[in-house]
Amino acid sequence: MPASRMWRDHELKESYDVVIIGGGVHGLATAYYLTKLGVKNIAILEAKYIGFGGSGRNTAIIRSNYRTPEGIAFYDHSVKLYEQLALDLDFNVMFSQHGHLTLAHNERGVTGLRERAHTNQLMGIDSRLIQPREIQELCPMMNVFGPQRYPIQAALYHPPGGIIRHDAVVWAYARGADRGGAHVHQLTEVNDIETPNGAVSAVVTNRGRIKTGIVLNATAGYASTICDMVNIPLALETHPLQAFVSEALKPWLHHVIVSSTLHIYISQSDRGELVSGAEVDDYLSYSLRGTLAFAEGGATHLLELFPFLANVKMLRQWAGLCDMTPDYSPIMGPVDEIKGFYITVGWGTYGFKAGPASGHLMAQCIQSGKTPKMLEPFLNSRFLRDQLVGEKAAASVSH
Amino acid sequence: MSLQLNCPNCGVRPVWEFHYGGPLKSRPTQDASAEAWTSYIYHKPNPRGDQKEWWYHRSACKLWFLAERNTQSNNVHTTQRFGAEESK
Ligand SMILES: Cc1cc2nc3c(=O)[nH]c(=O)nc-3n(C[C@H](O)[C@H](O)[C@H](O)COP(=O)(O)OP(=O)(O)OC[C@H]3O[C@@H](n4cnc5c(N)ncnc54)[C@H](O)[C@@H]3O)c2cc1C
Repeated sequence: MPASRMWRDHELKESYDVVIIGGGVHGLATAYYLTKLGVKNIAILEAKYIGFGGSGRNTAIIRSNYRTPEGIAFYDHSVKLYEQLALDLDFNVMFSQHGHLTLAHNERGVTGLRERAHTNQLMGIDSRLIQPREIQELCPMMNVFGPQRYPIQAALYHPPGGIIRHDAVVWAYARGADRGGAHVHQLTEVNDIETPNGAVSAVVTNRGRIKTGIVLNATAGYASTICDMVNIPLALETHPLQAFVSEALKPWLHHVIVSSTLHIYISQSDRGELVSGAEVDDYLSYSLRGTLAFAEGGATHLLELFPFLANVKMLRQWAGLCDMTPDYSPIMGPVDEIKGFYITVGWGTYGFKAGPASGHLMAQCIQSGKTPKMLEPFLNSRFLRDQLVGEKAAASVSH
Repeated sequence: MSLQLNCPNCGVRPVWEFHYGGPLKSRPTQDASAEAWTSYIYHKPNPRGDQKEWWYHRSACKLWFLAERNTQSNNVHTTQRFGAEESK
């Protein structure tokens, strides 16, 4: 990574107007949009390196065909920002909107997709239910009509969905934030947050203490470790999510394919590698090691859809940490308990696509001190109000 | 990292035989506040370190039991029946 050319190193200043913890897409996008709003005295503190977290480990699926009106409006905002991102940041982020297919293998699955298609259409999203014949036309290499344990009955087709070069997005936001005046500090770990009288006053790091009135927790899988410093309990738990890539093949797969029943999703990257993953490991863990069980399970399920891949080699597998909420929706905005403490967490297995929208809205929220309307459904207080934004059906396997 | 758990009935088995049941929490009393109940239902301690937690031996004896595990290393320190002495 050409760090020196992309963003500069700085000494830690004694104070910043805003301190952002976490150098992933959410922290960096928020910093970038803050600089555009004229807030420039910002530090982004990253314990390791830019993109160490989920932002450098995800499978880069972008889409807006969610289930709830709140979720759909929010993710649609993000897709639209992504469509302009290469221009906006003057960096090729390789956004390829080649279409997204969610398969249903039983009646209940078809009903769920039909509900989503209708809600999507009402919200102006290009999304519709298609039958096996059309699925086969879109994806001739898939085993649609052959023998299958769970025959394919229909699919939700979302043409604007696709994949992006995730590293490019993160680096471009870091460069954009740097050019806007923000300081990107790598190898800078937050160890404590001082909040005398219920308001943020300083952040303690391995490189020294920084005075600040505003802190944003954008640490995804590590969100609880930061919120523990200020005694804010969170409705989330950290689970590893694994993925793998195959050796590179000639281009043959022109859509993202997802099947919740088979616990698998797959796309082909611009380099030709097949990129595939499943659901999170179902137990809390901060470990980043992959498992054989996952590799075996993934390969087995993939072969049901694409038997001809039997001799293709798996190149590598890895894991990242996901901050899973009970409703599969994020938690964004200020917290009621501490003045100046903001969070953008709960990004689970689906947060990369949300980076631009969350950054854009969190920047407005921090700069104006007012919560933008689109963020209101996702406030931390929704759990106390028992008003969850249920996206499990649309986000558990399809990230 | 994958891990193994010592089921108090069946002995050491791979993790995929089990279902993780979340942290051991104490239940609020009937007359506790709405906040206390909300917190009980939704909030997770989510420690990066040791946790006492529930496991269910889904693929075998169907026992719910407790384990103490480090969530960073996945080392399982002890497992025990609910309310019983530690078995490992
Ligand atoms: C395998 C996998 C596949 C995925 N696929 C998709 C997908 O297809 N589509 C999608 O939309 N999403 C996907 N996701 C989810 C997505 O990657 C995340 O939701 C998103 O990247 C979170 O971004 P973030 O900026 O909030 O956090 P991260 O990118 O995780 O960054 C958090 C950063 O905080 C830093 N940090 C932690 N503690 C401290 C501290 N004390 N001090 C300073 N810094 C600290 C960490 O080092 C880390 O770099 C996937 C995730 C994984 C793991």
